[in-house]
Amino acid sequence: MPTFDYAPAPESRSVVDLSPSYGLFINGEFTEGTGSTFKTVSPATEEVLAEVTEASAADVDAAVAAARAAYTRVWSRMSGTDRGKYLYRIARILQERAREFAVLETLDNGKPIRESRDVDVPLAAAHFFYHAGWADKLDFAGLGTDPRPHGVVGQVIPWNFPLLMLAWKIAPALATGNTVVLKPAETTPLSALLFAEVCQQADLPPGVVNIVTGAGPTGQALVEHGDVDKVAFTGSTGVGKAIARSIAGTRKKATLELGGKAANIVYDDAPVDQAVEGIVNGIFFNQGHVCCAGSRLLVQESIAEEVEARLKRRLETLRVGDPLDKNTDVGAINSREQLDRITELAAAGEAEGAERWSPRCELPSKGFWFAPTVFTGVSQTHRIAQEEIFGPVLSVLTFRTPAEAVAKANNTPYGLSAGVWSEKGSLILWTADRLRAGVVWANTFNKFDPTSPFGGYKESGYGREGGRHGLEAYVRTGA
Amino acid sequence: MTTTPAPLVTAAGQATRATEHLGVTRLTNQALSSWLHGLPGVDQVGCDARAATLGTRSIKTTAKAWAIDLAISMIDLTTLEGADTPGKVRGLCTKALSPLPSDPTTPRPAAVCVYGDMVATAREVLGDSGIKVAAVATAFPSGRASMAVKLADTRDAVEAGADEIDMVIDRGAFLSGDYLTVFEQVAAVKEVCGTARLKVIMETGELVTYDNVRRASWLSMLAGADFIKTSTGKVSPAATLPVTLIMLEAVRDWREQTGQMVGVKPAGGIRTSKEAIKFLVAVNEVAGHGGAWLSPEYFRFGASSLLNDLLLQRQRMSTGAYSGADYIPDDSPSLY
Repeated sequence: MPTFDYAPAPESRSVVDLSPSYGLFINGEFTEGTGSTFKTVSPATEEVLAEVTEASAADVDAAVAAARAAYTRVWSRMSGTDRGKYLYRIARILQERAREFAVLETLDNGKPIRESRDVDVPLAAAHFFYHAGWADKLDFAGLGTDPRPHGVVGQVIPWNFPLLMLAWKIAPALATGNTVVLKPAETTPLSALLFAEVCQQADLPPGVVNIVTGAGPTGQALVEHGDVDKVAFTGSTGVGKAIARSIAGTRKKATLELGGKAANIVYDDAPVDQAVEGIVNGIFFNQGHVCCAGSRLLVQESIAEEVEARLKRRLETLRVGDPLDKNTDVGAINSREQLDRITELAAAGEAEGAERWSPRCELPSKGFWFAPTVFTGVSQTHRIAQEEIFGPVLSVLTFRTPAEAVAKANNTPYGLSAGVWSEKGSLILWTADRLRAGVVWANTFNKFDPTSPFGGYKESGYGREGGRHGLEAYVRTGA
Repeated sequence: MTTTPAPLVTAAGQATRATEHLGVTRLTNQALSSWLHGLPGVDQVGCDARAATLGTRSIKTTAKAWAIDLAISMIDLTTLEGADTPGKVRGLCTKALSPLPSDPTTPRPAAVCVYGDMVATAREVLGDSGIKVAAVATAFPSGRASMAVKLADTRDAVEAGADEIDMVIDRGAFLSGDYLTVFEQVAAVKEVCGTARLKVIMETGELVTYDNVRRASWLSMLAGADFIKTSTGKVSPAATLPVTLIMLEAVRDWREQTGQMVGVKPAGGIRTSKEAIKFLVAVNEVAGHGGAWLSPEYFRFGASSLLNDLLLQRQRMSTGAYSGADYIPDDSPSLY
């Protein structure tokens, strides 16, 4: 039997120009911090990519001061039209340097180049284009009378979509006239630092965007800083709760986009081949490092066996390995810490009696890797059905009736997203009406667009990002 | 490569087999209708997205060289013009026998595909080279003729020495819900084919919806198709990647149910190596079964200009530089 072996098709690293060490981006310039440094590694190989500065409380203070000055003197006085020009310029530069960003993102994060090239970077540029358009039209966005910026926004973003989450945060903040201090995740700071270069290239006034790298304490210093008017956070529910506690009783506004345990509901009249693709895309996209990942497959019992068989057959064709290879579907786990957590939860799934399955795939010997995994025979009470794994692990549960599907889907502390698969429009609408989730996808999954608001119910957070709803979080209205 | 002769199947035998497969006592239009309408639907957006993702596979170096040779060996080199002459057909057959005289390692295409009246001419040139003669039949391309005419058309081509028959389904009957007529016509043509392999052209550009493509695929396979084929090449759109993907899913699922391998032939509109390789990626990842379909026995391209682009790319792979179109002999310049 002939085999079609795809020869390695690696994307070249030469487009990326890495410095051995990076400072902080404060007031339009790269400055040396006063704190210590840490190393960022490529999770696919454990190669050290660069040394990055751990911003101290004093550094955060300097960044907030720069943002305040830029807000008062320049950005809040600038017309929306002019703010829009800067955002358009940034969007165009992101497109021009798309390959550079894609390769850097893949190196630092471990995600496949196919995704950083086709999803992360184009969507990040799209967010800037979209919000550039709003900058001079805020009065007509239906937000209320006289929409005005809050002032200085402190933003903390996660490691799963470093550049895209940066775009989700910075684009609306700047469009509405706020200035920004942003802290990227400690395992993936490099694309944010490259974005700082883009700000310089775009001649963005100094201090409008400031980037401070570091871990938890840096984030805490930023969130708790007295001169920060608004906090925007994407990350774990645990940290989100801590932030909510720390800003309680202050004037600070917050948007929190937290964890999820999304149900992907497949009814017996679903377009099966596309549903299987949707299940794969739902949980194995970005190694399952997606807060809205479809980590719980709820499949109608009458077709469960068939769907499982088709799913497993499909998973045999997934290509796991070198993230820089253009044919790789599943890349590396972002960090050892995350790999340990996934390993621990998967072991718990086995111990609790669910049946574990993975396709045949060879994992590289260096770096952080976890084979795509499916658990069948999972119950609501299993930990793998309750806790967010944030990795390439799917839990398969069954249901008998639409009402049972909805009840099981909603039976989680989270409520970020959900998927519904059926050829019957009325059933899709009936189900979507009853799902307590911020985003419900019908016959698709993990589709993102800057025009569409994204955010959670319950412990998945509050506030929306994207669309008109997303603008709302960055303005004050009324007298 | 050698093909085992297909067993002779009568139309009645085909109907019996179908009743058994459907689990009914008598093959009625209602039975066919509920069977076909019971197939899972195809979500168009999802199907298009899957095809687009497969299209982003990056096939380089050794994999590309392998794929180019495989694609050449899968071509049904085709001329289907009103203006076809014995001279044109002889030229095309000579080209098939020796696609690139300067490089004898170049593989040969699988077949030459012509109208029925040109079969004898093609046969004469191709002889026992192993290259098949395929003939379009059954009032190609519209299929609008009486059954007697369609069968006579087929018989004519088979008697003239055709190894393969490319028939068209009655799209009018299919679209009006008369699946039984489509079944009976395919089964009747299959009987007349004898040992010739039957390719059933569904003309997916006229069926329009992906659900229809899936149903027509299953109906054709049930009626005895050895190959299911997208298009005549006379209707646009012809062979698209999403439509071929649905057909690959159909033959894959049919094999799981019956153990039988049915071939797939996208035809029309595939002109470049790059496109052809996307189709091979789909065969590899969708049909699966260890690459069982990655052979001219079960996958074909209906094409004419594709061959020369593949030859150009093949040259480029071995020499490292592109020659020009004038360095590749072209025996089938279109008159249009």
